[in-house]
Amino acid sequence: MLAFIFRRILQSIVVMLGVALVSFSLFTYVGDPITNLVGIQSSDEQRAQLRESLGLDDPVLVQFARFVGRAARLEFGISYQQKRKVVDIIAERLPATLELSMLSALLALTLGVPMGIYTALHRDSWFSHLLLSLSLIGVSLPTFLIGITLIYIFAVQLNMLPSFGRGEVVHLGFWSTGLLTASGLKATIMPAITLALFQMTLIMRLVRAEMLEVLRTDYIKFARARGLTNRSIRFGHALKNTLVPVITITGLQLGSIMAFAIITETVFQWPGLGLMFIQAINEVDIPVMSAYLLLIACFFVIINLIVDLLYFAVDPRLRVGREAAAGRSPT
Amino acid sequence: MTAVTRENGVGGAFRRGWDSDLAYSFRRSKVTMLAGAITFLFISAALFAPWVAPHNPYDMANVSLLDAFTPPAWEDGGDARFLLGTDDLGRDVLSTIIYGSRISLGVGFASVLIAATLGISLGLISGYVGGKTDAIIMRIAEVQLSFPDILIALLIDGTLRSFIGPGTHGNIAFVVVISAISLAYWVQYARTVRGATMVEKNKEYIQAARVIGRSSIYIMLRHLLPNVMGPVLVIATISLALAIVTEATLSFLGVGVPPTQPSLGTLIRVGNDFLFSGEWWITIFPGAALAIMGLSVNLLGDWLRDALNPKLR
Repeated sequence: MLAFIFRRILQSIVVMLGVALVSFSLFTYVGDPITNLVGIQSSDEQRAQLRESLGLDDPVLVQFARFVGRAARLEFGISYQQKRKVVDIIAERLPATLELSMLSALLALTLGVPMGIYTALHRDSWFSHLLLSLSLIGVSLPTFLIGITLIYIFAVQLNMLPSFGRGEVVHLGFWSTGLLTASGLKATIMPAITLALFQMTLIMRLVRAEMLEVLRTDYIKFARARGLTNRSIRFGHALKNTLVPVITITGLQLGSIMAFAIITETVFQWPGLGLMFIQAINEVDIPVMSAYLLLIACFFVIINLIVDLLYFAVDPRLRVGREAAAGRSPT
Repeated sequence: MTAVTRENGVGGAFRRGWDSDLAYSFRRSKVTMLAGAITFLFISAALFAPWVAPHNPYDMANVSLLDAFTPPAWEDGGDARFLLGTDDLGRDVLSTIIYGSRISLGVGFASVLIAATLGISLGLISGYVGGKTDAIIMRIAEVQLSFPDILIALLIDGTLRSFIGPGTHGNIAFVVVISAISLAYWVQYARTVRGATMVEKNKEYIQAARVIGRSSIYIMLRHLLPNVMGPVLVIATISLALAIVTEATLSFLGVGVPPTQPSLGTLIRVGNDFLFSGEWWITIFPGAALAIMGLSVNLLGDWLRDALNPKLR
């Protein structure tokens, strides 16, 4: 077990170094950093001096080590476009993305789980069939189409909700929130639904499949034979056991919500990290891009690590299975 | 398409997949037949776009700004020449959709082909050679699996774009998009093929081939490959839908195919600007086309998976 955790952490470090290498090579090989810093009038001597003072003449490995060191201290440099520190831009935009992501995750869970339970318990009702067919559409429709459709219906046709931006935000120290003002709340509704829809259908299908599986097991039959009420069987015994994979997968999905936020934020011009990244790609704003790459990779690695460790903590069966799988030599 | 392959008798693996059971389950499911018909329609419209489309939207001689923003034919002010209306430059929306599907499907097929080739090769090597090679390839696959596909595609796309420079136009943009999508989707193939290869390679016919001195490459291509094609076909169909949607998403975000050769995603992105001024048809119709195309290919893939029933997951 300890060996497994150790190996996982080592693997995470390797991944982070790999992503760091990509971001580093973006910095080093895309354009000339000096040209990006100085004006046109500067002489060759000044450039050479700057080059030396920034350590750009050092061996690549030394530069890479320095890059990693700086990244660890959150020094990502200055945005080419906005001429501000990248850390400040990220700090300013992070609350918007996190707020949207958390809200969507919450929405997906609170709607997805009951829908999954319902479709598992009432397998043949028309409503279950409707939910399942809708979920198929939800899975195959691209996120941005859902967003555009919502905008068309609720912003253009019905004129009920704003179609872009975050509305008014309240600043609480370093955090800015749109959830405390009416216009902020209104602006959050459509992006949150757009982002939640895909995860919701996923969670619904997962809960349904797990629930159906558990309901077939022997201990449920025994519970029934003991004369327990339907309610206690379903929610006390069956649901409890389905929640383990649901929790872990939802944890993993938190990462993909952050990823899909890029699309949702672009559709709704939501001032978060995703929109920042897309703008950075279009403007070839390397410091912002590489910072985002590292940030999102770090986020994913941490989530995956936590989920993997949770597996051990939560489910003793998996502990055995995993160790067996990990121990099998790949021949 | 498949029927033709069978009559010609080319591709033994393909023919084996296309046995009567499969044809039967296809005939039995109405939804699948509909999905198949729609997919066929899209593919043939895309292939024969210059002959099918009522106008050539990218021939400037045929396009008149005077026709701009014509609503669909059945609306007030519609024009019978433009069934689904025209966009801001006076181009026929139906024609741009047909030409757009051509780009979307083309990029989709190309990405699937490259992803499959890459994934199958790595899977075969990984499964057959084993040892360190296998460990390295599978670790990379595992790491990639822990990130969502669309994010991988977006990150690769963004990185490649910056390396090439801001002027990522023309055919280079296609190369970028196709590589980004194929690099995002090779893992599925590799894992499946590796699993199947590890099962197959201990069977007697492989041992026999080895004993008579066949080279590893020959064994992989001639003996192993045909036996792992079933699951690969299923993954290919499902990932075609994913590739189309991913391409549309990248193009919608403005980091996809060049604007001079718009795909469905680009059309939606451009049309999106006119949604508020009431010209809904410029974006809604390409959107619907994309949704229907994605859904149909998806349904076909689901059916294929159930019909062939390879133990995918």
